[in-house]
Amino acid sequence: MIDKLSLIAIYPEIVLLVMACVIALVDLYVTSPRRTATYVLALLTLGVVAILQALYATGGQTMYGFSGMTVSDPMSNWLKCFASIAMLVTLVYGRPYSADRGMLRGGEVFTLGLFSLLGMFIMISGSNFLVIYLGLELLTLSSYALVALRRDNATASEAAMKYFVLGALASGFLLYGLSMMYGATGSLDIAAVFKAINSGNVKHQVLVFGLVFVVAGLAFKLGVVPFHMWVPDVYQGAPTSVTLMIGGAPKLAAFAITIRLLVEGMLPLAIDWQQMLAVLAVGSLLVGNLAAIAQTNLKRMLAYSTISQMGFVLIGLLSGVVNGNTLSATTAYSSSMFYVVTYVLTTLATFGVILILARDGFESDEITDLAGLNQRSPAYAAIMAICMFSLAGVPPMVGFYAKLSVLQSLVSSGQTPQIALAVFAVMMSLIGAFYYLRVVKVMYFDEPITATTVSAGADVRTVLAINGALVLLLGLFPSGLMALCADAIAKTLGS
Amino acid sequence: MGLLSLSIWTPIFFGVVLLAFGRDDQAKTVRWIALIGAVISLLVTLPLYDGFKLGTSVMQFVEKAPWISAFNVNYHLGVDGISLWFVLLTAFINVIVIIASWESITTRVNQYMGAFMILSGLMIGVFCALDGLLFYVFFEATLIPMYLIIGIWGGPNKIYAAFKFFLYTLLGSLLMLIALIYLYSKSGGSFDISVWHKLPLSGTVQTLIFFAFFSAFAVKVPMWPVHTWLPDVHVEAPTGGSAVLAAIMLKLGAYGFLRFSMPIAPDAAHEWAWLIIALSVIAVIYVGLVAMVQQDMKKLVAYSSVAHMGFVTLGFFIFNDLGVSGGLVQMIAHGFVSGAMFLSIGVLYDRMHSREIASYGGVVNTMPKFTAFALLFAMANCGLPGTAGFVGEWMVILGAVKANFWLGFAAATALIFGAAYTLWMFKRVYLGPVTNDHVKELQDINAREFLVMSLLAIAVLWMGVYPKPFTDVMDASVVDLLKHVATSKLN
Repeated sequence: MIDKLSLIAIYPEIVLLVMACVIALVDLYVTSPRRTATYVLALLTLGVVAILQALYATGGQTMYGFSGMTVSDPMSNWLKCFASIAMLVTLVYGRPYSADRGMLRGGEVFTLGLFSLLGMFIMISGSNFLVIYLGLELLTLSSYALVALRRDNATASEAAMKYFVLGALASGFLLYGLSMMYGATGSLDIAAVFKAINSGNVKHQVLVFGLVFVVAGLAFKLGVVPFHMWVPDVYQGAPTSVTLMIGGAPKLAAFAITIRLLVEGMLPLAIDWQQMLAVLAVGSLLVGNLAAIAQTNLKRMLAYSTISQMGFVLIGLLSGVVNGNTLSATTAYSSSMFYVVTYVLTTLATFGVILILARDGFESDEITDLAGLNQRSPAYAAIMAICMFSLAGVPPMVGFYAKLSVLQSLVSSGQTPQIALAVFAVMMSLIGAFYYLRVVKVMYFDEPITATTVSAGADVRTVLAINGALVLLLGLFPSGLMALCADAIAKTLGS
Repeated sequence: MGLLSLSIWTPIFFGVVLLAFGRDDQAKTVRWIALIGAVISLLVTLPLYDGFKLGTSVMQFVEKAPWISAFNVNYHLGVDGISLWFVLLTAFINVIVIIASWESITTRVNQYMGAFMILSGLMIGVFCALDGLLFYVFFEATLIPMYLIIGIWGGPNKIYAAFKFFLYTLLGSLLMLIALIYLYSKSGGSFDISVWHKLPLSGTVQTLIFFAFFSAFAVKVPMWPVHTWLPDVHVEAPTGGSAVLAAIMLKLGAYGFLRFSMPIAPDAAHEWAWLIIALSVIAVIYVGLVAMVQQDMKKLVAYSSVAHMGFVTLGFFIFNDLGVSGGLVQMIAHGFVSGAMFLSIGVLYDRMHSREIASYGGVVNTMPKFTAFALLFAMANCGLPGTAGFVGEWMVILGAVKANFWLGFAAATALIFGAAYTLWMFKRVYLGPVTNDHVKELQDINAREFLVMSLLAIAVLWMGVYPKPFTDVMDASVVDLLKHVATSKLN
């Protein structure tokens, strides 16, 4: 017997699932080569779902569904809202690119996109190890298929293969870790696991053993060193529209399951996992930033940049508990959430520009392909420059405030190792500034190698303009989004 | 909207309009809009001087509104005697630069003018910010337009210079960011500078904070031995960029010492004053000697800037009234004089496309009007009495003698080097017989250049003959600052 409250809690997910199936059916009868009907329906669905989530989020309630299998709380609602918007933007940017490359012969891009979003929703809202795992699998299986969508393209197939093998390995890690936790605590329910660990009756050794695998699995999904190998290859190999689908919205879901598993489930083990995250963060900042310098391929460079940015997200996560004191936990985790959200926003605009510059038979994924963009199209060059400065953390772009809030939560602990880590992080972002600046240099200081004008449809132009403006405007007025993240985390962890 | 907000946002508004709507084929309109915008921006700063109350050190024209509530950051502006003149100076130099770039910039004029307008607003913001984070945002944001100005309109080696400028200064300021965040946590969650001024700090913490700020400001000033970016950048930057860099941007660093380093960490400032003084004296003497052997005019003036800024930091860290006021006066004077020097080089460069001293000689024969101006600015650069350059240096030397005779002696000796390299350059470039055909064909300055030169000449002479308006404004604030710095924060 399913009670009504459970259905209300997962209502947006139901809408998304039904619409994804409807769209898959409708698409059978769509004949237009650009799949306009499917496209419009998908956008409508995403818009409606985003609005639903925003309504749930502003309601601020926490609802458990199916005897604690899923949870709908402000953090999950906001993250799902942002994920829907990110997917919507991804589809808008990606359609012309996909159409030019024969990826729209069927409507799979749209249906798989919606199903991967559904997977993210389930991950974000999962309150049970198995539910989270199922969501993760739905997301990754859709992503594997998306990467392999250009099956006649060798690099894309290679990337799909790599992604599949390594992704399956990561899922295995995670599942193994979760099963250890289940064995030790006797429950799959996150709240129950928390209670069991907190009681102190469970053997610490077994817990840490399971924890190592959980952290490794999460690190794979977030793409942090030393589990980052798939990121550059997949980013580069996948069709750019799919790269954005992997590198955008799913980061929000990866963040959510990290919070669910590590914070909500295993906070008493914080001492242990914080150390692991510290190692991962240092490695990511170091490898991500240094390797990015050597890249000539823009997508590959952005992949390494992602690795280093995820290092910053981890820094926020690892500074929550100081000497067993959780007073600053809310600030720390909300700084991470703010970081992820702004990172996704910036990534969307960055890839939006790359997708606009790509034409039939021309990928525009080398850094030199941007040469002289300022002379060909000042507006797109400006958006790209804003994004690069934002990723580098230069004020007044939003990326600066993300770095600031993460560093703040680190420094406020007042401990010497934490402050040393903060100094290390800023030194690494100095190195990062170099390769972001190089993109600006290529666009502004170099002469164009082609005189082709850049053209794009009205939908793409509008969304990209709003997206780029937001990166700057949220930098001038970051208060609202920061407060939103703080509020969401406080309500979620407080309940 | 308050006067300070107007001063900051008027130029930025015009800059954004130029960037958004200006097109390459409308260069003429763009120039006029930029000029009108710059003049309006200057006009809105004038009531600041008019309404400024003398004899008090409290912040005036204060504006305060919550900005980022999560971190208790406020949009908090205000000026005192230390910062007032820099607001006016920035707006003034912006007008000068816009006029001076009228003909020399022909590509992407709207972006050039827009970048300078935005840069001007941001720099005014740095001088007005009373909130640590707001200060940092303005301080860092200035890097973006300057990076683009150097990289787009710079010389042959512009890319190297643009990167060196950006990364060198970013390195310093990132350490400052850590210090800002630390002070925020230490003060119980406040970015307010006046709160930080009163915050008691232990000796070790003060030292660390002092050096974190030092890394940002010393690079910006720039002090020896972290000055090496400046000559490279000056040589490659377009004339306008060099002028703004020397006239205003270097002052951001020196201003930071007065607003942050000294009052927040007074004990560390006293403890490490010997280091700053030593570095300043090295800058004044050694860099002065380095300037003497330069073949490139812009490089020579760049090194002379380092030497002159050495006087400023020297004045600050002898902790007496004359020294600090002298340093401030020297900052303003250097703003006029170095701006004028770079614009003079620009006038020659526009005609000959060479900055080598050796390609000139006997310019006075073909450009007598221009040479008269150049002579005045050269004299001001050596610190001749009656020009702006004299007042500040004289005050600093007087202050130094008060503190320690030999220190004053060393500083005074350095004046000789200043005279030597400036006059020697003047002799080689302007005097003597005409050396080559290019010089023979030179046209004297036109009305537009005459306007630029005379505006600067008036400023240089006015400040040299009647510095009272400048020192009067500073007096109360400097006295109060010194009183604050003299009080130990250790307990």
